[in-house]
Amino acid sequence: MSLPPVLILACGNPSRGDDALGPLLLERLQNWLDSAGLAAGFDLIGDFQLQIEHALDLVGRRLVLFIDAGEQSAAPFVFRQARAAAGRDLANPGTHALSPEAVLAVLARINHAAPPPAFVLCVRAECFALGAGLSPAASSHAECAFELLQALCRVAKLEAWMSQLT
Amino acid sequence: MRTGTGAGRNFELEAASADAGALRRVAIDPVSRVEGHGKVTLLLDDKDQVQQVRLHIVEFRGFEKFIQGRPYWEVPVMVQRLCGICPVSHHLAAAKALDHVVGASRLTASAEKLRRLMHYGQILQSHALHFFHLSSPDLLFGFESEAGRRNIVGVAAAFPEVARQGVLLRKFGQEVIRLTAGKRVHGTGAIPGGVNRALSREDRDGLLADIGQIVGWSRDAVQLVKRLHAADPALYDVFGAFRSNILSLVGAAGALDFYDGQLRVRDADGGIFVDGFDAQNYHQLIREEVKAWSYMKFPFLLALGPEQGWYKVGPLARVQNCDFIPTPFAEVERREFIDYGQGKPVHAPLAYHWARMIELLHAAETIAELLHDDDLSGSDLITAGQRKREGIGVIEAPRGTLIHHYQVDDDDLVSSCNLIVSTTHNNQPMNEAIRRVARRYLNGRELTEGLLNHIEVAIRAFDPCLSCATHALGKMPLQLELQDAAGEVVGRLRSAS
Repeated sequence: MSLPPVLILACGNPSRGDDALGPLLLERLQNWLDSAGLAAGFDLIGDFQLQIEHALDLVGRRLVLFIDAGEQSAAPFVFRQARAAAGRDLANPGTHALSPEAVLAVLARINHAAPPPAFVLCVRAECFALGAGLSPAASSHAECAFELLQALCRVAKLEAWMSQLT
Repeated sequence: MRTGTGAGRNFELEAASADAGALRRVAIDPVSRVEGHGKVTLLLDDKDQVQQVRLHIVEFRGFEKFIQGRPYWEVPVMVQRLCGICPVSHHLAAAKALDHVVGASRLTASAEKLRRLMHYGQILQSHALHFFHLSSPDLLFGFESEAGRRNIVGVAAAFPEVARQGVLLRKFGQEVIRLTAGKRVHGTGAIPGGVNRALSREDRDGLLADIGQIVGWSRDAVQLVKRLHAADPALYDVFGAFRSNILSLVGAAGALDFYDGQLRVRDADGGIFVDGFDAQNYHQLIREEVKAWSYMKFPFLLALGPEQGWYKVGPLARVQNCDFIPTPFAEVERREFIDYGQGKPVHAPLAYHWARMIELLHAAETIAELLHDDDLSGSDLITAGQRKREGIGVIEAPRGTLIHHYQVDDDDLVSSCNLIVSTTHNNQPMNEAIRRVARRYLNGRELTEGLLNHIEVAIRAFDPCLSCATHALGKMPLQLELQDAAGEVVGRLRSAS
């Protein structure tokens, strides 16, 4: 069975306030894709963090989208292209987790092939308190981000995604 | 229980001397490549002599409040949100604790073996991630090598096969978890009283197809870490080394066992101080000390007190605390490791990596054995008995002994929760390690990123998981500030993008 051509990978901890942006958007997107009859073209994966093995999930895809919350990013969201990182861009990963750029770089190294075109949807977050729900600001940002996600999924082509870059 | 030699009072550099004069403060905040929020502070005098070193870790205790008031059956799923790295350990420790609440004093054979399979998959993936992704860059390139190269991509460039095997070992462990827990994250496989799914024969055959290669790569990983030790024993044997007690669960007949057993403590000379201690009575063995400067508590053995009773947990403790490893390749490696100590316990923090790879191999071998056990596809998965109001679950998580303790009221809601996680057990040991490193490498020298990385290398040897699992983009820049005695920032040595 062939893989869906588009991979959407969302990260976040649902119990930590606005860190839940990624998983909540992913869940909402899955429901919308199902109702719109578009689900077959997309593979949606949620996880706490990006890890080295996620590089293997990228193999064979035509387009990849990473969704994550961003503490210091522009509101309501940043939509940018991601490229495999190198050198100092990887110097301080900060946690066990990898950045999207690092995942792409891992894939490039272990698969000896260029990674697929990849994008990052970074939704502005305000609060990461344990047990908190989404902040009002993050909820508002999520609405804007979901509109973009719908547009991206309606036309899942590189040129169309490039035209949406912020 | 007898009086042990313990580690002795050895908290030098925990607090600066009152007559140390004007000091400047260096903060590594947060520590990179460990999970969550950690900070190291150094106080230096005007001759750059280290006067005080402290590792601060925050945010553990909030989760206990978060759990209170939840229905007990939700807990094994909820606690996975403690940690993005070892959620399965929390999942299983909680399930073990709540087995007691539902009166399941003994699980069915199928349920216990399925939980074991899940747990050994967790050990495999976590140890692979830690060694190949987090620590191998320092070990392969050197602690002061170019910072831009000290990462998994740098390893992949210089040692592509090592990096590839690390990724695939991790992937296999995650696949074991997915098939036993139901999902890659937020799995629901373990429930109070047993498990809610068996392993299908199709899934088992899929894992069996790869397990031979996984065992082979795990053996290679042990050889790699042994070569690193052999190449520079003067570094590996002494870097951050300190003596302490060791504590872990030990299984039947003294076997290494990550899932269940009784508590054993050895003193710093390797003598057995406590043995066969029922983990259900952990609170009679362990106390937690509060220190004003740290959010995280400092556990110690009640019989020895806080100054002599602190201990190490994790791979270095487990591999030396057990009497044998019940899988053949790992047992051969354990014996060689024990022989390396020439009759004494190995206390060097960098030996954690060696012990960790022996455990990785044991996990792979155990998975191979379990996959041939037909109980994995059995249908007798749940048991129950007389309801109780309290449950304690103890498990050996990748980083060390993990204790979950719950009280449940008559409405089935959790009324109290106490967690002692592996990183908390290792709080004092990690502080000791970085003090040794600071005194050996930092005293009198101008601080550079490479020198400060020595501190982080010592911390990472323990593989601390700082619990929060929050990771958002831009959330955790690594910042290092130099401050004078008045708290003014006088320089930044580095900052992340």
